[in-house]
Amino acid sequence: MTPRQRRLGLVIGIVVGVSIAGTLALSAFRQNVTFFFDPSQVAGGQVPVGERFRLGGMVTKGTVQRAPGSLEVRFVVTDFAHDVPVSYSGVLPDLFREGAGVVAQGHLRADGTFVADEVLAKHDEKYMPPAVAKSLKIRHGEARSDPGS
Amino acid sequence: MRWTWFHRLASPPYLYALAARLTPWFAWPAALLILGGLYAGLVLAPPDYQQGEGFRIIYVHVPSAWMSLMVYVTMGVAAAVGLIWRMKVAHAVAASCAPIGASFTVAALVTGSLWGKPMWGTYWVWDPRLTSELILLFLYLGFMGLRAGFDDTQRADRSAALLAIVGMVNVPIIHYSVIWWNSLHQGPSVMRLGKPTMPPAMLVPLLVLLLGFTLFFAAVLLVRVRAEILQRERAARWIGETLRA
Repeated sequence: MTPRQRRLGLVIGIVVGVSIAGTLALSAFRQNVTFFFDPSQVAGGQVPVGERFRLGGMVTKGTVQRAPGSLEVRFVVTDFAHDVPVSYSGVLPDLFREGAGVVAQGHLRADGTFVADEVLAKHDEKYMPPAVAKSLKIRHGEARSDPGS
Repeated sequence: MRWTWFHRLASPPYLYALAARLTPWFAWPAALLILGGLYAGLVLAPPDYQQGEGFRIIYVHVPSAWMSLMVYVTMGVAAAVGLIWRMKVAHAVAASCAPIGASFTVAALVTGSLWGKPMWGTYWVWDPRLTSELILLFLYLGFMGLRAGFDDTQRADRSAALLAIVGMVNVPIIHYSVIWWNSLHQGPSVMRLGKPTMPPAMLVPLLVLLLGFTLFFAAVLLVRVRAEILQRERAARWIGETLRA
């Protein structure tokens, strides 16, 4: 084995070793790395009780209710398997839409309502001009049911 | 021999002259592509159906983020070549990469933050994608700091090369963070299996800018490598001969 081959082996060994260590560490910290829990995880009791966490999912269409004269808003977050009702008082981001992604931070009340103190909009990776989006919507027959756009 | 080109690259005077010759071949196309791409992206491309005109920050954000990873891979490979083949100019290339990569990382973080405020509702969250990109910045800064900590160039080269190689694991983590974990950051639109998730009118300017940024990096790298070689070889006789000629 030449010195160069030994150094090559050393470098490959470092890369492999660090990759394995990184994979083990990240899978051990999976709970902490994940940015939010989805409604199924909440329903399955995987969420620490009484602690603050983030809830992520889609805002169910037709569930957004605003209390007149205040910033109070209620909506349902779904992952299409389970639903979690959310109540929030504050300013919503511009991209908050029915049928769009959302990440809320807060805690779960005993009655199963998630009380949020921060609501962030999560948009998807799709981009398209407004005209295309409109014609797609008409084709899918959703033109009436989406007040958000 | 098929490997002679590789061995010739290892010679500082040869690389110094080659870099000077190649620089304009990268710099001019880079300038044209970036100017054309910016015009196409900021003026010609249609606005997004949800984000409106604000989505156009993608034309700076995505190329910067892409380059922050590309430059790190270049740096890591150069550092590994330098370690394995004891090639001094490879270490010079790695050392030249770091400040460029750090700048692209800062650009990606700042533009992402400015994009996040109106769209997500926050400048910063400790999301896997954002956090791993911040770690990338610290890796670049650590690499530069480690180099600066040694008086002896050879020891600086070897120690910093090890750090660069260890840091390579972060590159796939950044890219796949939005797929492996729940994340506020959306998934990839271009660098994905299957078709890109935007129409050609939006996609083409982005691809032009990706190519433009890559060539820009190549041009800046060549200039920096020459400066690095000059500094390292300042005692060598060929430098005096080249500079007098």
